[in-house]
Amino acid sequence: MRTVAPVIRRRNDEANGALIGYLPVGFPTLDESVEAAVALVENGVDVLELGLPYSDPVMDGPVIQAATQQALANGFRLSHGFEAVRRVTERVDAPVLLMTYWNPVVQYGVDRFADDLAAAGGAGLITPDLIPDEGADWIAASERTGLDRVFLAAPTSTDERLVRTIEASRGFVYAVSTMGITGARSDVDAAARTLVTRLGEAGAEASCVGVGISTAAQVAEVLEYAQGAIVGSALVKALAEGGVAAAGALAADLARGTRSE
Amino acid sequence: MALRAQTGPYFGDFGGRFVPESLIAALDQLGEAYDLAKLDPAFAEELAELGRSYTGRPSIITEVPRFAKHAGGARIILKREDLNHTGSHKINNVLGQALLTKRIGKTRVIAETGAGQHGVATATAAALFDLDCTIYMGEVDTERQALNVARMRLLGAEVIAVKTGSRTLKDAINDAMRDWVTNVETTNYIFGTVAGPHPFPEMVRDFQKIIGEEARQQVLDLTGSLPTAIAACVGGGSNAIGLFHAFLDDTDVKIYGFEAGGEGVDTPRHAATITKGRPGVLHGARSYMLQDEDGQTIESHSISAGLDYPGVGPEHSWLSAIGRAEYRPVTDDAAMQALRLLTRTEGIIPAIESAHALAGALELGRELGPEATILVNLSGRGDKDMDTAAKYFELYDQEDAK
Repeated sequence: MRTVAPVIRRRNDEANGALIGYLPVGFPTLDESVEAAVALVENGVDVLELGLPYSDPVMDGPVIQAATQQALANGFRLSHGFEAVRRVTERVDAPVLLMTYWNPVVQYGVDRFADDLAAAGGAGLITPDLIPDEGADWIAASERTGLDRVFLAAPTSTDERLVRTIEASRGFVYAVSTMGITGARSDVDAAARTLVTRLGEAGAEASCVGVGISTAAQVAEVLEYAQGAIVGSALVKALAEGGVAAAGALAADLARGTRSE
Repeated sequence: MALRAQTGPYFGDFGGRFVPESLIAALDQLGEAYDLAKLDPAFAEELAELGRSYTGRPSIITEVPRFAKHAGGARIILKREDLNHTGSHKINNVLGQALLTKRIGKTRVIAETGAGQHGVATATAAALFDLDCTIYMGEVDTERQALNVARMRLLGAEVIAVKTGSRTLKDAINDAMRDWVTNVETTNYIFGTVAGPHPFPEMVRDFQKIIGEEARQQVLDLTGSLPTAIAACVGGGSNAIGLFHAFLDDTDVKIYGFEAGGEGVDTPRHAATITKGRPGVLHGARSYMLQDEDGQTIESHSISAGLDYPGVGPEHSWLSAIGRAEYRPVTDDAAMQALRLLTRTEGIIPAIESAHALAGALELGRELGPEATILVNLSGRGDKDMDTAAKYFELYDQEDAK
């Protein structure tokens, strides 16, 4: 099984850290989303985060909302998520995490979802609206199948909650850089540096920072203190405006931020 | 354990907190402030005084014999939440949460609204307590409830028409949650119903349970006994839980919630969440919801914006699961006919939401027979629905019907 921890470790050994790229499955079409994901890896993205479009994405900003809404209008089904994971992992070696809101997993069946994700070659799940407190079923299913489980930590999380999140997570902890929803921001908050420092002190092996990162300079800045940088909305915007080639080109540019120059 | 003693975060298999970690600190802060306030007699007294001198509590009960003739001869008694300041039960909850906002030192409130009743109530409390106020309302709802948009703006609130998703209440909740995630340091989310993550289902219920506590004693004083049955409309379910709660352990009292059956529960156009949905996670809680096979939320439909919601509060899901309350659908048309009937027989124009409970009571009366007494929560007044009613019953002169 391809899990994310070894990749993040390797990229921290040989470079400044890992670049994690997000794209939604089914946007603008299923085929193009697969092509775009492959292009991200071919241009320097180390770990893929594929988002499953959902009707009520409370953590997402306008760019990702618009893309996932279009994917749903085009007829996205959960089975397309597993299909995308299979097609991408057949072509590139990067581990693929699915990012999904919790209800689709519940309706599919937590164990069945874990089995089908593992069978498709997926690495695990990022669960933006599932906190460890409510995650007993998923923790059991991921233990059984060996899948990674990435929970979120926020600047407002207490030390006690950070410890709990670190203990529950496998792969990395998703450090939410700033208080807010997804979308590019001109500054990645100083809150991110503080949060990652606190996570490290609480025992986290790998913290990756997401929300608001859109440039190579921001990637480089984040990798000064974190083990990975997560870019979402900027890649989705590039894909929406310039197609697969533009998404690949942005990935290549962002990947410069992982290297010392 | 007494059913009334049930608290969050879980009601049986329902409830919980399925939200981004970014909101947990705010929910904890609100929950802790509420737990302290619950034990503080000064808080209870301040809220009670606002009830007396601002809302107009206790609200009266009204027996409606001319209407009841159409209900198999059963006695029908209305709990008049429509007479509250701002025109519905929503003010009960909003005043409680606005007081809490002051206690936790936040200066801005946000809220979602469907019909506009909760938005108007929140904007009212914001004016009273000098809080900045932003109301999220689905674009579809801003069109069908334009009068309430104007009321909120006059009260000083910013009203944001939500253009994402189905552009109704569920999307307004999504945008309000996004705002809260972003502005949580200064902002409190005054949630309007008994859904959402803990502590909202428990807290909003506690602020609304005065409806049933008053009505239970008022009916006892009027008739000498408890009602045979109690009835309320259910969207998210705050007026219903407010009426039901005082009666949960009165095992002889039958409890009925009436959901929006829209164009019929055998069509896709309804909002009958418990009748036709299944358990899932929406807006932070596990509860019944309308969803497709993949767990994508299905857009609901109701002629009443306040019931047009594909979820329901977790305590209702629990009361249904344990068989303590029965939930039934009422169609748009049945509700509109009941609205007109109450208006014509008693001179009381109900909100379309509340008319669902009235239609349900007509059906219950015929089932339970002339010995029955049915207490109905008249949760809101119908002023906001005049345009819908005028079009439905063709009350506008042809010249004006543009």
